[in-house]
Amino acid sequence: MTTTLVSPNLTVPEKAHYIADFELFNKNGATVAPAWVRQLRQKGFARFAEMNFPTMKDEEWKYTSVAPIVKVPFRLAVEYPSGVLAKTEIEGRFFGQPGWPRLVFVNGIFSRELSSISGLPKGVLVKSLGEALKENPELVEPYLGKYARLDDSIFAALGTAFLQDGAFVYLPTGVVLEKPAHLLFVSTAEKEATVVHPRILVVAEAGSRGTVIENHFGKSGQPYFSNVVTEIVVGEEASVEHYKLQREDENGFHIATTEVFQKRASRYAGFTLDAGAQLGRNTHRVVLDGPEVDCRLNGLYFAAGKQHIDNHTAIEHRFPNGKSFEVYKGIVDGRARAVYNGKVFVRQAAQKTDSKQTNKNLILSDLATVDTKPQLEIFADDVKCTHGATVGQLDESAIFYLTARGISRPNAARLLTFGFANDVLNHIELEPMRVELEAELLARLEASSVAK
Amino acid sequence: MLEIKNLRVAVGGKEILKGINLSVNAGEVHAVMGPNGSGKSTLAQVLAGHPTFQVIEGEVTYEGRNLLEMMPEDRAKEGVFMAFQYPVEIPGVSNAYFLRSAYNEIRKHRGEEELDAMEFLKLLRQRAKLMNIDESLLNRPVNEGFSGGEKKKNEVFQMAVLEPKLAILDETDSGLDIDALKVVAEGVNQLRRPERATVLITHYQRILNYITPDYVHVLVDGKIVRSGGKELALELEEKGYDWVREKEAVPAGA
Ligand SMILES: Nc1ncnc2c1ncn2[C@@H]1O[C@H](COP(=O)(O)OP(=O)(O)OP(=O)(O)O)[C@@H](O)[C@H]1O
Ligand SMILES: [Mg+2]
Repeated sequence: MTTTLVSPNLTVPEKAHYIADFELFNKNGATVAPAWVRQLRQKGFARFAEMNFPTMKDEEWKYTSVAPIVKVPFRLAVEYPSGVLAKTEIEGRFFGQPGWPRLVFVNGIFSRELSSISGLPKGVLVKSLGEALKENPELVEPYLGKYARLDDSIFAALGTAFLQDGAFVYLPTGVVLEKPAHLLFVSTAEKEATVVHPRILVVAEAGSRGTVIENHFGKSGQPYFSNVVTEIVVGEEASVEHYKLQREDENGFHIATTEVFQKRASRYAGFTLDAGAQLGRNTHRVVLDGPEVDCRLNGLYFAAGKQHIDNHTAIEHRFPNGKSFEVYKGIVDGRARAVYNGKVFVRQAAQKTDSKQTNKNLILSDLATVDTKPQLEIFADDVKCTHGATVGQLDESAIFYLTARGISRPNAARLLTFGFANDVLNHIELEPMRVELEAELLARLEASSVAK
Repeated sequence: MLEIKNLRVAVGGKEILKGINLSVNAGEVHAVMGPNGSGKSTLAQVLAGHPTFQVIEGEVTYEGRNLLEMMPEDRAKEGVFMAFQYPVEIPGVSNAYFLRSAYNEIRKHRGEEELDAMEFLKLLRQRAKLMNIDESLLNRPVNEGFSGGEKKKNEVFQMAVLEPKLAILDETDSGLDIDALKVVAEGVNQLRRPERATVLITHYQRILNYITPDYVHVLVDGKIVRSGGKELALELEEKGYDWVREKEAVPAGA
């Protein structure tokens, strides 16, 4: 008789397809990667094997069930779809100026013909991570996988196991990248339910400055799962603006883990939009790992129909004189559910921390629900920290005020909803981005129940 | 222009207006005075169409039409304007954008062409200058963070832009400094035309030094207990409301 030693969790059927695909992945193209990358994958896989998918008993997943993801046997997307996605479709997703460097990934795989990168300042890299692993390992190795925590996220572990392609943005010391780097991730599951694991690494060396746009969308006939892991390192006195747009289609499941690490006197301004997916979850963590750090984290989410949108943020102040300002706003309609959990940790050394965190939700239908929980954990004594959350409906006295000036009720409701969301769009520094999101907001308003 | 007959109004089951009779003709200015809680704002809000108030009895005719059957926005489009005693804040919507929406809805209703952002801004700037309104207020969200006086001035500014036929000003003079008061009075006087009318709710005879009313009405406990000319305001200032309360109610109306 022979016995096989298998970790008990590996036998769980819900993991079987991931395990099968990992074995295939390991035998095929993945083998060309450097040894350290293969080790990183093995580490990710080992963690994935040990852990269970979260349930609503887990504090971090209290209001979000991942059962709809777990029960679908998603296969690793390997094929580059042919002809399904017209080039014009991709073109239509870009905004801003034509000269912006852009990388396009279709089902997780870099598309050279759809991408265009030119006129980058000396030393700046905006390229496929797959290529960077081969061509610039010395720039990638010190950072990749060093910030995404595998210990508490099975999804980050899974993404690391299948790490293969994605985007790499590198800003050398003191260099300014004026044009935003636009990273477009498209999913098109045509024949079967598929999963992609886009990986993004942004490294801003000391004193550099740049903007990165992460733009996720899908056009698919089958369920698909986009499991994104993003690591951003902002060096001393460097500044990174980061926009993440989630506009998956109604077949899409989107789980994103974003880990930001800020060094002394650096600035990070993140903005997250959730407008798509049937289930979307962002885990966005920022570590202020140096004094005088400035961190802005803003977000806007729309949830309608049966959508479920979850934003978990965590900001950790470790050193003195840090600032963090966070505003998330949500518009929740139909039978949708929105979840917000925002944690701010102020460690003992982080004296003179100035932190403000707000979450506001506008509920447009009787069946929509919101669970919001801002959390403050302060271990320093000389700090200024405030937080708050609201969940409300349209203000009837404001509606009356507007109608009494001749504005019809549906238009008054639109105007108020617009005003509610516009407040957070006003924080966006990149003008073409604000214009784009304003248009998105207006289109959303037309489709929402306030327009009726 | 406006004919109110035996208007009785309740809120939350409590009767607040207990039979109001008032008739306002084009070209006239009527002042309505009365103690706190007597129902002045209730009257103003009912005329503007606030949904909280229930009309128990009576009728209101505006230019020959049943006003009570009209939606608030339709009243506004037909030229009714109520300056709120407590203007509401609208976060995220600029004063200019809000006013353009209102202005264009009214123009559309009249079959006139809508103004684009540039044309409207020109009009807005010109009115703002006239009303001594700081231009920065145009781009700020409606009433958000405005001082009490700024909110009141903003109401009159809206009136100057929308040019209503019937203006109902609910304590627009309260909380204004002397310069602002003059500006507000100026705004009302500019709209004083043969085809327009104003109902001015106020506690102070002070504003009546600048706007001479044709009639003064005293509202006590949901009824108009006395009506007269502008001298009535002076008399009230001197003798207080107990004086009218003691007297027998006289039939109101112009
Ligand atoms: N929504 C409401 N619910 C309950 N009571 C109300 C409501 N609105 C008004 N009232 C009551 O109706 C009465 C009249 O109020 P109103 O605001 O009309 O008085 P007013 O004459 O304008 O007073 P002031 O001079 O203080 O502005 C008050 O007793 C008030 O408390
Ligand atoms: Mg009042």
